Amino acid sequence: MDFDLTEEQRLLRDSVERLLADHYGFDRRRSYLAEPNGWSRALWSQYAELGLLGLPFAESYGGFGGGPIEVMLVMEALGRVLALEPYLATVVLTGTALRLAGSEAQKSRILPQIAQGQMILAFAHGERQARYDLTDVLTTAKPKGSGWLLDGAKSVVLHGADAGRLVVSARTSGERDDPEGITLFLVDAAANGVARRSYPMRDGTRAAEISLSDVEVGSEDVLGEVGKGLPVIDRVVEAGIAATAAEAVGAMEAMQAMTLEYLKTRQQFGRPIGENQVLQHRAAEMLMELERGRSMAMLAAMMVEEPDAAERAHNIAMVKVGVGQASKFVSQNAVQLHGGIGMTEEYAVGHYFRRCMVIEHLFGDTAHHLSRLADQVE
Amino acid sequence: MDLRYTAEELAFRDELRAFFRDNLPGDIRERMRLGHAPSKADTVTWQRILNRRGWAAYSWPKEYGGPGWTPVQRMIFLEENQLAPAPEVSSFNITMIGPVLVQFGTEEQKQRFLPRAANIDDWWCQGFSEPGAGSDLASLKTAAKRDGDDYVVNGQKIWTSTAHHADWCFALVRTNPQAKKRQEGISFLLIDMKTPGITVRPIISIDGSHHLNEVFFDDVRVPMSLRVGEENRGWDVAKFLLGHERTGIARLGKSKERVKFAREAAREMRANGKPLIEDPGFRQRVAQLGVDMKALEITQMRVVSAHDKSHDGKPDALSSVLKVKGTELLQATTELAMDVGGPLAMPDWAQELAALSNEPELGPEWATEATRSYLFLRAASIYGGTNEIQKNILTKAVLGL
Repeated sequence: MDFDLTEEQRLLRDSVERLLADHYGFDRRRSYLAEPNGWSRALWSQYAELGLLGLPFAESYGGFGGGPIEVMLVMEALGRVLALEPYLATVVLTGTALRLAGSEAQKSRILPQIAQGQMILAFAHGERQARYDLTDVLTTAKPKGSGWLLDGAKSVVLHGADAGRLVVSARTSGERDDPEGITLFLVDAAANGVARRSYPMRDGTRAAEISLSDVEVGSEDVLGEVGKGLPVIDRVVEAGIAATAAEAVGAMEAMQAMTLEYLKTRQQFGRPIGENQVLQHRAAEMLMELERGRSMAMLAAMMVEEPDAAERAHNIAMVKVGVGQASKFVSQNAVQLHGGIGMTEEYAVGHYFRRCMVIEHLFGDTAHHLSRLADQVE
Repeated sequence: MDLRYTAEELAFRDELRAFFRDNLPGDIRERMRLGHAPSKADTVTWQRILNRRGWAAYSWPKEYGGPGWTPVQRMIFLEENQLAPAPEVSSFNITMIGPVLVQFGTEEQKQRFLPRAANIDDWWCQGFSEPGAGSDLASLKTAAKRDGDDYVVNGQKIWTSTAHHADWCFALVRTNPQAKKRQEGISFLLIDMKTPGITVRPIISIDGSHHLNEVFFDDVRVPMSLRVGEENRGWDVAKFLLGHERTGIARLGKSKERVKFAREAAREMRANGKPLIEDPGFRQRVAQLGVDMKALEITQMRVVSAHDKSHDGKPDALSSVLKVKGTELLQATTELAMDVGGPLAMPDWAQELAALSNEPELGPEWATEATRSYLFLRAASIYGGTNEIQKNILTKAVLGL
């Protein structure tokens, strides 16, 4: 048992924090939001230079050879500044799909491009009717010649409109909710038949509705085995939960710091409001929840590469519940303790609040995972 | 960073498990499993078995009869002992007076008291709280005046757990009422409970048990050789005592053991025509407790691991988090066990059960004990510094408000 970071991990954390401290003031962030895709291309190149975009990939693919701890450190730092770039969508989600299921040819073609910041990818799995059910896939892939023809629609695809390539799930066999028969495809976002509608999420990050009609995909673009996509999707979602758990911890840290600062400086009745015990205790409870979230994000990093699938899934579900509850408590009370100013668009705390809210509703919310855990009680 | 136990730590855990399996008397284990509070006899029996193995004084250094374990090993020991389930070693003996004497005691005090504390030949109690000094402990009034080579003690302590069993009491007394700061006029005394002038009066708590007491001191003579630390520096000793070994305060093994028991008992109880264990609401509650226990487990590991590294012996501010979250969890798990019993958990028939001979069975013993335990553990968020005081500590020590 050991909670220490290695020297390399400390260096990584420090350099990411330095880069973000230099480039992510609240006003700078606003200017990034105003860019065409709602994030900074220039900063994305700097992430690439620092090695962040190849972080979890093997060195033979131009990567950094890092593991879940490294990803946790980066996500926590990104969460602290509410970074807008498609790190989760590209490096974590599709990166995991490629890393685990990609052929040698696919990996050596795509991973170096991700690592160098030349390609954005999006994970197009969720569908409008599916809510959080990962097996609920209606999009179909029918054989055509040596390849496939895709039809269907994908919903709330993170950075779906900025991506050059999509990892799309489709049914090659079976009925709705059948765990077998789901296949992953690498789809060129510019291919004929792909239509995308882009919109901002409630936290300002971009997502898209994507429709696919008679989209032709070659056999070389099947990702993993035909019909065996679900275990890969499970791993992608687990990686997403682990990464956003760390991101939420970063966001919680920022909200906690802002709230403390506010309690110390805001004067009412002739003294700082932080002298009121009811507010002190609320802040102490926020701290306890933050630490609970931090413990769970650490658990996620430890478990996300666990070989035993049931053990891994069980722990990751606990993480999602624990972090969801912690971040909801911290963010709701951060706004509450700020009072009116916490409700305003011009003040940062509400932006953190909305990021945590979006994170809670990605990859299955608290109730969804708690209910899965309840099913497993023996 | 690695959350898993090392091979050595796992081997250590297996060694403990094997020992508990082979040496914990079956009748004691069964009483603990059914949720009984450990009796004095069961506590003494088990602590002596542990002491023969060299483990009772689990947090003490080797030279004083402890096993010299690392903080991680101590954490594993506490959890395995609670999971067994076995009576916990006397905290007054092992985590309070023992470490205090190791740190502040004279050579004579160490030799006289430590081996007997480890073997629970002396049962210790703690004379800290007074009617006017609860959370505000430094306002205590029990006075000790010098008279020759003795102190003469007058005053009253309250909430003194197991004073009626105790051979000795470690107490905070005021030796200098004129001190500028209240904390500077306090001394730490070891008082023989057989000394003339001591009266112990029971306080029956809401669980119906006699655990708490009032202790009155009326011209009680205590030799000055039984003062620990310097005169008027008792507050330093008390602070050390309260800050020592806080990681055990979460009692996570106990919570785990109670949830395990509740799940087992829920197979025997019914809800809406099915076993209670199949009830979605019950399962959700168990799942939530599972999440909370896992989070606390990791936080506890973080505290212990930091403690393992720092060696300065100072309590981590996070130990206040452990106290609050750990006691909330313990309360929630005992509440769960009670709720499994449903209406059968409401009769107060512990006395009748004990007296049963040929009468038909009244109801499950575990159900009435679960309620007793639920009631008793309302104290968990009050003792050891109320959970509100812990939040005050976090406010000052961590948040700087």
